[in-house]
Amino acid sequence: MIVFRIGGEGGEGVISCGEMLTLACARMGNEIYTFRSYPAEIKGGYAMFQVRTSNDILLSHGSALDVLVCFNQEAYDRCIAEMRNENSVLIYDSTSCHPKGDFKGIAYGVPASDLARLEMRNYLTKNVIILGILSKLFGIDPNILEEILRQRFGKKGEAILNLNFQALRKGIQYVEQNIEKRDHFLVTEQQNDNRIVLSGNQALALGAIAAGCRFYAGYPITPATDIMEFLARELPKYNGVVIQAEDEIAALSMVLGASYTGVKAMTASSGPGISLMAELLGLAGMAEIPAVIVDCQRAGPSTGMPTKTEQSDLNHALYAGHGEAPRIVMALSSVEDAFFGIIRAFNYAIRCQVPVIVLSDQYLAQRTATIRRPDMSKVIIEERKQPSAAELEHYKRFRLTETGVSPMAVPGEKGGVFTATGIEHGEDCELSYEPDNHMRMTQKRFKKLELVLKGADLYRRHGVQDQEIGIVGWGSSEGVIREAVQKANDKGLKVAAFHPKVLFPMLPEIGVFIRSCKKVIVPELNFTGQFAREIRAKFGVDVISYTKVAGLPFTPDELLEQIEKVNDQYVSKVK
Amino acid sequence: MTAPAEASPQQSPKPGLNIAPYKTDVHPVWCPGCGDFGVLTCIYRMLATKQISPEQTVIVSGIGCSSRLPAYVNAYGFHTVHGRVLPVATGVKSANPKLEVLAVGGDGDAYSIGAGHIPHAARRNIDVCYIVMDNEVYGLTKGQGSATAPVELVKGTTPFGQLDEPLNPIAMAIAYNISFVARGYSGKPKELTELIIQGVEHNGFALVEVLSPCTTFHDTYKPISQRIRFIEPSHDPTDRLAAMKLAFEKDTIPLGLIYKSERSSFHERIQMTLDRAAKKGAGNVEKTLDSFK
Repeated sequence: MIVFRIGGEGGEGVISCGEMLTLACARMGNEIYTFRSYPAEIKGGYAMFQVRTSNDILLSHGSALDVLVCFNQEAYDRCIAEMRNENSVLIYDSTSCHPKGDFKGIAYGVPASDLARLEMRNYLTKNVIILGILSKLFGIDPNILEEILRQRFGKKGEAILNLNFQALRKGIQYVEQNIEKRDHFLVTEQQNDNRIVLSGNQALALGAIAAGCRFYAGYPITPATDIMEFLARELPKYNGVVIQAEDEIAALSMVLGASYTGVKAMTASSGPGISLMAELLGLAGMAEIPAVIVDCQRAGPSTGMPTKTEQSDLNHALYAGHGEAPRIVMALSSVEDAFFGIIRAFNYAIRCQVPVIVLSDQYLAQRTATIRRPDMSKVIIEERKQPSAAELEHYKRFRLTETGVSPMAVPGEKGGVFTATGIEHGEDCELSYEPDNHMRMTQKRFKKLELVLKGADLYRRHGVQDQEIGIVGWGSSEGVIREAVQKANDKGLKVAAFHPKVLFPMLPEIGVFIRSCKKVIVPELNFTGQFAREIRAKFGVDVISYTKVAGLPFTPDELLEQIEKVNDQYVSKVK
Repeated sequence: MTAPAEASPQQSPKPGLNIAPYKTDVHPVWCPGCGDFGVLTCIYRMLATKQISPEQTVIVSGIGCSSRLPAYVNAYGFHTVHGRVLPVATGVKSANPKLEVLAVGGDGDAYSIGAGHIPHAARRNIDVCYIVMDNEVYGLTKGQGSATAPVELVKGTTPFGQLDEPLNPIAMAIAYNISFVARGYSGKPKELTELIIQGVEHNGFALVEVLSPCTTFHDTYKPISQRIRFIEPSHDPTDRLAAMKLAFEKDTIPLGLIYKSERSSFHERIQMTLDRAAKKGAGNVEKTLDSFK
């Protein structure tokens, strides 16, 4: 297993160098797991790309670094403290980066900037020269890299493509002539069949298509835009429509209009856009219109830090909008779960005729991972409950039923004519301000949510069965938590994690789990401990809120440290 | 409070035209003499004239007195939130272009809270006929001045007169290049029905701005009746400058089709996109999954 990190200035090709390295490792049959952090601006600022590669399944981007590639001094200064040990490898651009005496590992200096500027006569080739250096040092197949370059630069013409081939060879040559390998890291060929490599956003978009989504409206926003770009390319092939709306209010309005006609519809955005949608969430709840709304959370309020990660939109997802309208809130935990989770989101929306808010975040949305190729034969796709011919004779759109779900006619259907409305109404859409009616209809609308709690795949559990310390996290932290729990279990600590995938309605199983633990830690990437507060309120049990707002995900070691602290403080003393 | 006879809800439709199938038994919330009764009747007449079946029709509305209209028509309806009529209608029509989609609402919906959607509906040229019942006030909240209210209008929130100048919806519509721009009057139902029919038949976004007085809070029947005139048949609606001139006419209120341009509509362009994509081969989830190997 190797954790690579490449750091440098935004616009220097740091991210694309990392992406190509990732693809090459994956195509050699390795598992990969990436993490990127970059500035919101197109040029300038610090950018980094991390990829962990292994022949085993990976749960997180890792904690310490094995190979650090510094494009400039800033990358060195920022990252050197994160190196694993004296076996760790530093590769630095000796033209622009000067390591200080504090690094005890194996260092290779390469004058990449000079090679690019003086020998290649094109500074932009620096990242590909470095790719060549990595290729030679760590045994990454240059043929695979050439193929990746061809896919990236082929469209830009033979001249540019050849320049990149030369740059790759320049890097390889430099190592052959100047560097004696002193480290033991090698990327080896693996036999891993039936795997695919994709980002969280791509998995989500692909899952939406698989779920039958045939309408998407959205407004560009970081870090959700890739979903729309993917669907704009792919959905028309499935006879689906993608519209770039004038704002997020319009985007969700269009989604509700499309869904009203019977089409599965979705929008995706990030915090600022989701804020604008608040009023329409109420309309969808009141008029009982299915919709899927993805929130790729980013850091901070207002503009905040658009390219950084955080889990601070939970309150908004749970409560945005006036009055009380039903909704379902889910959180995606991994790239694989992005694919299957969005399918469940559509199923819930269709089953309950409610809006479903799906929380992703920058860490998950923009990271690439290897996953098992989804087996579509095992995927269940639900369709909307439509009125029978008998029901259409005296059709009532909001008929009270045992489950609360009323069959939904679609325009074009004879006998199904009705007016969907956000005004309080009776069973037959008639306006009603009667006390009994409002009570009854509110109950009906919330009753539907119980249908979610009966479903499968609502949570995952990791770690020992006789736990003393419990971890209840949510969303994209699952892999990190799981890895930390494994490490803690290896050390003999009785720790288990419960990871709900549906956050509202709140799963009763969470209560059972926390009552079985001596202490419960709720790790989340926000300042106020939003989910911890929900758990306390729902179950009346106190939990330890462990939060971080750094724009970065947790690392397994960070969590492990917290587990050990809680263990020392509360559990081992009790014994 | 008197309204001219032609604006009363009891007016009889054109002989031979059966509007009964389009009526519902829901009683309108509108005040006696409200211009919206006239507009509703014109919509019944349009549907009856064109023999559009109720189940193929969707009427989308926003919030306000006039936005209650969908419940009074035997057709599919979607009474949404304030100002979002056009994007919701865009979603309906784009998802199922076979439907006849009407958008209805008031001046608050169209020219204040939802005004930001108008240029984009115009750019897309959605094949939707948008009937705006303009009474210059917010009727449902008891008569505050709207974006089309005259400066001198003294109302609850503007006791010393309006601070804002009224906007000119027709000039705005022509500037945005809405492909069908017309003005009607609820007190001239025969002509208004004709305009709505043309607006529905137009392939693209049709804005029918209707002067539809509020008898309770801002009764403008008299001044409107004194100033209206029908646009002379010699007017060429494809002449954008001539149309703009009509939009800025001060002494009279020209009624009729003001501006028209023929362009492909939004769902036609969507279909072109789908056709182009189809040439790359029909979508297949297994194949798309394999592209990530």
